[in-house]
Amino acid sequence: MTTNTDLFKDRKFLAIIGDENTVSGMLLAGIGQVDVINERTEKNFFIVDAKVDNPMIEAAFDNFTVERKDIGILLINQHVAERIRYKLDDFKSPFPTVLEIPSKDKPYDPEKDTILKRVKLLTGDE
Amino acid sequence: MSNVGREAIFPTRQSLAVMKSKLKGAETGHSLLKRKSEALTKRFREITRKLKQAKLKMGQVLQVAAFAFAEVNFQMGGDIAYQIQESAKNSRVQLKTRLENVSGVFLPAFDLGTVEGKDDFALTGLGRGGQKVKQTRETYTRATEVLVELASLQTAFVLLDEVIKTVNRRVNAIEHVIIPRTENTIKYINSELDELDREEFYRLKKVANKKAQDIAAEDAVRRERKLVEGELNDEQDTGPADMLKTDDDDDVIF
Repeated sequence: MTTNTDLFKDRKFLAIIGDENTVSGMLLAGIGQVDVINERTEKNFFIVDAKVDNPMIEAAFDNFTVERKDIGILLINQHVAERIRYKLDDFKSPFPTVLEIPSKDKPYDPEKDTILKRVKLLTGDE
Repeated sequence: MSNVGREAIFPTRQSLAVMKSKLKGAETGHSLLKRKSEALTKRFREITRKLKQAKLKMGQVLQVAAFAFAEVNFQMGGDIAYQIQESAKNSRVQLKTRLENVSGVFLPAFDLGTVEGKDDFALTGLGRGGQKVKQTRETYTRATEVLVELASLQTAFVLLDEVIKTVNRRVNAIEHVIIPRTENTIKYINSELDELDREEFYRLKKVANKKAQDIAAEDAVRRERKLVEGELNDEQDTGPADMLKTDDDDDVIF
């Protein structure tokens, strides 16, 4: 059915899309993986700064979720997720797991989280 | 439930037996699936509750981590982010996936595995703030653990949600389509068989009647003939009958 071992067997990396501080922090924890494939460096992190526009974020999101098959968890800053909210709402596949995380200056708002919205819808309480 | 129709099948005893076993199978399947759905829903509620708590916890943990990073940034004077990004080459922490079986549904769960002997940041903070960097790393490693746990819950949530929907759809399909339709078919076959029985009975009765009539008519004819023959015999009673005299036998009519 929906559970096929091949779906996640090789997914062993975490990826992250976020602002500089969040990404650096997670890199310090040791999630960073840089591969060189066809003379192109494939990083598993994407830093969103002032120069990055929405299509670039979308491209990074697609890259991590659809193209790369070795990513098990995608972390994304909530304020970045807000910018491509429709993509997160559309993303239904169980792998990779997309987690929204707060950033330094923007506290976590459970109201906006795609998954928590569904949780609320199902449980129906506060 | 009259709109579910019945199956296109010939009303024979054999298909009646088939339908009956099908109905029995459907009922067994229905109760099993219903129990599965209940077990899954129970698990789902649990996961949902945990997920909610974990999300809120994650908010706090990352807040602390962000603060630690700010401290390190301050102590090392700015450009640590760039340094970190450049030194990240190979991941030290990797995911390990394992399967958990919840009433026949395999839910993946992530574990954090550390690859030993790889350290991209051995030189980070060498000049100053090394202690702080170490602390921050620990904070973020803990945060990662929380995140991975959360990711497991979330994956289970998404998968279970989907599986429960499928199972419920099946339960409903059996309850509202397959069982009524099979029942309808059985009813139809039964009524057709009864009809056949009645027809057969009526036909037999007709035949019996006809036979009785025929026998009665024949008896009447025979009795009459006997009477006539008796009169003839009375007139020509001349000695014993001649055996060689060719007298045509009467046709034997039953």
